[in-house]
Amino acid sequence: MIEIDARGLSCPLPVVRTKAALDKGPDEIRVLVDAGEQVENIRRLSKHLGYKITGEDKDSGVFTITIKKEEANEQV
Amino acid sequence: MNRYKGVVAAGGLVGLFAVLLVTLGNPDNMGFCIACFERDIAGALGLHRAAVVQYIRPEILGIVFGAMFASFIFKEFRSEGGSAPLLRFFIGMVVMIGALAFLGCPLRMVLRLAGGDLNALTAMAGFVSGIYAGVYFLKRGFNLDRSRQQHRYNAWILPLVFALLFFLLVFRVRFNPAGEGPIFFSSSGPGSMYAPVVIALLAGIFTGFLSQRTRLCLMGGSRDVFLVRDFYLLSGFAAIFIVALAGNLIAGRFSIGFLNQPAAHSEHLWNFLGMSVVGLGSVLLGGCPLRQLVLAGRGNSDSSLSVLGMIAGAAVAHNLNFAASPAGIGSWGKTAVVVSIAVLLLIAAGNREI
Repeated sequence: MIEIDARGLSCPLPVVRTKAALDKGPDEIRVLVDAGEQVENIRRLSKHLGYKITGEDKDSGVFTITIKKEEANEQV
Repeated sequence: MNRYKGVVAAGGLVGLFAVLLVTLGNPDNMGFCIACFERDIAGALGLHRAAVVQYIRPEILGIVFGAMFASFIFKEFRSEGGSAPLLRFFIGMVVMIGALAFLGCPLRMVLRLAGGDLNALTAMAGFVSGIYAGVYFLKRGFNLDRSRQQHRYNAWILPLVFALLFFLLVFRVRFNPAGEGPIFFSSSGPGSMYAPVVIALLAGIFTGFLSQRTRLCLMGGSRDVFLVRDFYLLSGFAAIFIVALAGNLIAGRFSIGFLNQPAAHSEHLWNFLGMSVVGLGSVLLGGCPLRQLVLAGRGNSDSSLSVLGMIAGAAVAHNLNFAASPAGIGSWGKTAVVVSIAVLLLIAAGNREI
């Protein structure tokens, strides 16, 4: 699985990196960020690109976000 | 539509506060102006000697405090920094030089437009162009290095200094009576016009609180549309405009045109270029001047440095005659804007992840 380490990157680089990864059409990626606003930004982006967040873990200030492709029948 | 509610409400309230602050004494179309108010603080401290723009603006202090409260309550306060601090200080200076060529930060640009000042239109075109250029560099891999968690003292310095400034404002301390200050307080001009301290502070606190919760950022609005077709932040930007416009119409403070607008000039080229500096510089910093204050409040010491850079930039801009006035912009100011653009382009092109 692709993992993007976006910890410590200023806005909007976590989104830029995540988008670059999602544009390649993977089934699943994982993104590490360390600020709450980045989690929201990535959630918005994922939805926009037809992906969904399947997991968010917070451990000692680091959020691990797991993003999966929406199933075709779930797409709006 | 649900997800837009918060940011639209926050933007609307900021627009409302802005109109109220003007009604209660702030200069016209200057309910909030992050750049102007930081410039006034620089003047109050004696960092520049432009006698008409010296005052410790409680709005600025309040925004930092409000963002801090919000980040405490919602457990987002985090001491972090170390992402190209000196470069951020310097970019902050450059952003201020651009803002003072136009006479306003992005927030005041919106408020000026909401007051009918059409000079803000060319400025907005410049601002958006600067952001567009910034997005190009983001796509090319621009990056100012990573921040990391820091000792908590780093996060507390700016809020504590601002708390101290608040006491200096309340007690009007005069450190050098023979020199009539500092602290300097303007007796005429925009610096002598202000809303009551407590109301201005509270307006700042609410603005900081709401901006931290909703991530309101005036640069982010256009940037996210260019970058990922996301209209979240732009809807906050629009809400500020619409509510301030309605408020100005109701309060009888709307006067449409280019001429005789308050604290404004009509040198369109320089309004355009000045705000393009602010747009590009804000992309490089990751947020507009308002957002820098908010991030500083939630513990980001890199943003604290860009705020201090803006204050230093204001001092330089006034001492070296870069800053424009309602009479227009001088040749030093024009030179400074052109050099600022060149410097920002160099920084934007030269910094990629190591």
